[in-house]
Amino acid sequence: MPGKGNRVRNEELRPGIRAMGRSEALNKTGRYRFFKKGAAGKKVAGKPEAAPAKEPKFYPAEDLPQPIKQRNPNASKKIAKLRKSIEPGTVLIVLAGRFRGKRVVFLKQLEGSGLLLVSGPFEVNGVPVRRVNQAYCIATSTKVDLSGAQYPSELNDEFFARIENDEKLKPNAEAYAAWLAKRKEVQKKVDAVLMKSIAKEPLLKEYLAARFKISRGDAPHLMKF
Amino acid sequence: NIEKTNLLKMGFKRFVQVGRVVYINYGPENGKLAVVLDIIDNNRVLVEGPTTGVERQQMPLKRVNLTDYVLPIQRGFRTGNLTKAINDFDLEGKFNSSSWGQRLSNRQLRAGLTDYQRFELMLLRKQKSYLLKRAVAKAKKAAK
Repeated sequence: MPGKGNRVRNEELRPGIRAMGRSEALNKTGRYRFFKKGAAGKKVAGKPEAAPAKEPKFYPAEDLPQPIKQRNPNASKKIAKLRKSIEPGTVLIVLAGRFRGKRVVFLKQLEGSGLLLVSGPFEVNGVPVRRVNQAYCIATSTKVDLSGAQYPSELNDEFFARIENDEKLKPNAEAYAAWLAKRKEVQKKVDAVLMKSIAKEPLLKEYLAARFKISRGDAPHLMKF
Repeated sequence: NIEKTNLLKMGFKRFVQVGRVVYINYGPENGKLAVVLDIIDNNRVLVEGPTTGVERQQMPLKRVNLTDYVLPIQRGFRTGNLTKAINDFDLEGKFNSSSWGQRLSNRQLRAGLTDYQRFELMLLRKQKSYLLKRAVAKAKKAAK
């Protein structure tokens, strides 16, 4: 209703305090005549109520450990960083495993696993084409010249897959013989490249054939390699 | 000097004196040569080695080995004169060609050998031993 004279519909008694509360003031305006009745009249569309979640029948007695959410699961999929002292052709001293103490020639780092591809060469010290973990090697400063060397394309991580559990391979004599022959062939190809370079240095072959050992009085922490 | 002749009679040959070249065998200046410039007290000397990187400082005599060399310098010589005296004396040349100096450089050489060099060294020692033993056996046989 338009105000008559000085009359105010909802008088302000004190600053911020009006005479009539919210609902009283609304009813006074007469707008209630135009409000639509029922649920259809609601001006603000309410969110449709979600169906109440079904409670599980079973709770574990104690909190189960939850895996920590990784911020970026693909972040750490890199291979181990190759040490600066290890280059193709470097002579490495293997520290653990069947060939511990052997001096082997480093060929390249494999892309899938990050392990180092090495070879004795086989005819020099009995170490075949093999993978070795960087952490279990001492890199010497001796290098074999392998510039421009190319290795068979089969030399990757799949080449070194174990065959003990491979049902098609191990029990099958023919397949096994073929697998072995393949291995020998790859070994020959790799060693042919290596032996040429090794022959250039006078005592390198004897050096690779000898095992590294520590005797009394040796101080490996003071040794230079 | 009566005391000195007595000491000499007792067998002492190297004395702590101004100009004595010393080899420092302990502490931050380990392995360096220096020259005694002054004597502070019973246990300490003033020392400097401009050509070997030893700053002018006091040095306890416990850290020091006396060498055979004595430079003709005056007490408290300053760095410039000291350097000149050292170069005129050719201290580096004399020391490095002495057996003491040779021993030191051999030690350093051995410490810096690579694995391959150690292998070569091992083969050489075996060869030497073989030749020696052969020569000794031959000599023994000839003596009989």
